[in-house]
Amino acid sequence: MVDFLNALVALSNFVLIPAIAYGSQLALGALGVTLIYGILRFSNFAHGDTMAFGAMITVLITWWMQSVGINLGPLPTALLALPFGILGCMALVLFTDRVVYKFYREQKAKPVILVIVSMGVMFIMNGLVRFIIGPGDQKFADGERFLISAREFKQLTGLREGLAIKTTQCLTVVVAIVCVTLLFWFLNKTRTGKSMRAYSDNEDLALLSGINPERVVMYTWLIVATLATVAGVLYGLDKTFKPFIYFQLLLPIFASAIVGGLGNPLGAIAGGFVIAFSEVTVTYAWKKVLKYLLPENLEPSSLVQLLSTDYKFAVSFVILLIVLLFKPTGLFKGKSV
Amino acid sequence: MKKLLMATAASALMATTAMAGGHAKEVKLGIIFGFTGPIESLTPPMAAAAEMAMKEVTDSGLLLDAATVTPIRADSTCIDSGAATSAAERLITSDGINGLVGGDCSGVTGAILSNVALPNGMLMISPSATSPALSTAEDNGLFFRTAPSDARQGVVMTEILMEQGVKEVALTYTNNDYGKGLADSFQQAFEAAGGTITITAAHEDGKADYSAEVGALAAAGGEKLVIAGYVDQGGSGVMRAALDSGAFDTFHFPDGMYGAKLESDFGDEIDGSTGQLPGTDSPGADTIKAMGEANGFDGTSSFVSESYDAAALIMLAMQAANSKDPADYKGKVMDVANAPGEKIYPGELAKALQILKDGGEIDYVGATAVELIGGGESAGNYRQYEIKDGKITTVQFR
Repeated sequence: MVDFLNALVALSNFVLIPAIAYGSQLALGALGVTLIYGILRFSNFAHGDTMAFGAMITVLITWWMQSVGINLGPLPTALLALPFGILGCMALVLFTDRVVYKFYREQKAKPVILVIVSMGVMFIMNGLVRFIIGPGDQKFADGERFLISAREFKQLTGLREGLAIKTTQCLTVVVAIVCVTLLFWFLNKTRTGKSMRAYSDNEDLALLSGINPERVVMYTWLIVATLATVAGVLYGLDKTFKPFIYFQLLLPIFASAIVGGLGNPLGAIAGGFVIAFSEVTVTYAWKKVLKYLLPENLEPSSLVQLLSTDYKFAVSFVILLIVLLFKPTGLFKGKSV
Repeated sequence: MKKLLMATAASALMATTAMAGGHAKEVKLGIIFGFTGPIESLTPPMAAAAEMAMKEVTDSGLLLDAATVTPIRADSTCIDSGAATSAAERLITSDGINGLVGGDCSGVTGAILSNVALPNGMLMISPSATSPALSTAEDNGLFFRTAPSDARQGVVMTEILMEQGVKEVALTYTNNDYGKGLADSFQQAFEAAGGTITITAAHEDGKADYSAEVGALAAAGGEKLVIAGYVDQGGSGVMRAALDSGAFDTFHFPDGMYGAKLESDFGDEIDGSTGQLPGTDSPGADTIKAMGEANGFDGTSSFVSESYDAAALIMLAMQAANSKDPADYKGKVMDVANAPGEKIYPGELAKALQILKDGGEIDYVGATAVELIGGGESAGNYRQYEIKDGKITTVQFR
């Protein structure tokens, strides 16, 4: 029994908990991508850098709050600064929409043109963030780091394996659940949400029934800015804030959105977890877990690792390929690419 | 009309001679480091140290015919061989340099050597490329380095760990020429000494999440985790994740992991961790530190001393050969670096130039106790340190 518990704890500590936290971060990012794709009908490559921008504003405000002594006790101060970050990010995306995307929307430009335009926006935002805050790592996390650390857990339970749960991991999951619930409530129950879905389903029909397209577009951007900032800040708190890493985050986010089905919010969440779990589980070395579970004479001498960690990105993209081959619209019915 | 033509031709001729005269009095040295990229926090003091050596020589007025030495910087990016190659190409063909200090990271240094330096007959001295593969690369006697090969670092690391009684470690490396080369040489040395490496896992720099790597490393276990990576990059990410999940408490850091970040971001969390980086207790090291303070850069940062020495060696070899043509002075680098001769420390370049001018011999010791062996690479002195109460503490030199 103790062996079984040890195995379970080792598995949770190194696979389940990190993957759930990472999956939530990806899911929040993928939700933003999928909303833009569903309503504005293009793949927004600037999403990673939108996250970086929102997180950057939050970091700057957090630093200011820390310097004047405002804090949240055990919780990170960044949570207080988050609303300001969201406002800053909203201002930025509305500005880019007015200056860049609106022009192409009025021309009824093809989606592929908008994709390329978003790449341009991506590079500008990327440069802007690095210009303002610099290219290096920035520390802004404070408050209690651990809900329970590996050492405390061992002392508490007497088990051989430790279990560490970070405040930020817990926070990530809680905030992600709250955000997703609010989003679904908004999309399904409110008038604006319904008009957004109508606009997404059939643009012409929606226009005929008197829906103001500019309003729909504006609300979409506001929601996307919120999601992007929340995802960016949670990621930064849990790992580290570094502009270039947000740019790198774009690939797994897109993989999540596409696996789940582009344009389908539920799919984006499922996709985020599929990608996160596949990266962590397939390359996990099962030796430790099996050692606890199997009788002594069957103990594995090798690492029992399916694939070396070098291949973790290959794994998520193989999943992406398989899904696209057999279900081109993704796991949940999204729009075909 | 004829007169006008004559006048133009004459003035053009004069302009060219004037130019040529100016050139004889000027030595241009290229500095190709990764001013952007994974080690961008290390390169500014490195370049400053190389430029300080050049200024010292210029001020002495003793090199060749009182030539001035002009540094020209270029960006190697550390990782992008294409960008580094074209930057080096530009230094040689358009700027017309007479010697090259660099490159910095092993991968780009190999690319610059084979694609640009060899075909153009340009001499280069790298202060920080440590890949063992460069020892055997074809170089026509044009490539030297003031940093030791990682084959040597692997042996030193093994000695340090064995002395602590550590017999079983997990190993992760950054997936590039530096990380792979160091990991291989360490694995070889450690296993030959009777140690066990439970797992060797690569990590990619600048990635979003390292849970998978840490999961695998933790499952394999070991007394310490050896991270052959960069402190500015994935190395810190892996270490953070390993600490947070309680997978490892203590680490061992090769040279790429040394940095102020160990103190500022990790501090006493990693008490008991050990590491080593090229360094020496020869008097030169203190001199460089003081000279760095006077010139506004950190003289103890990684590879700063090596950079000063690399630039100094090029200029001293030029003086010894009485020529700024790489084909002439390439044979002199080993002569000025090694015994016999008067020992030369940092800040004494003027004295060295005078001795060479008078036909004497020097043994350049410099900031890092330079001793070139084999195909022209440093024999290697290392500083061993330990993290005590959150501070990097020097244990000994070896």
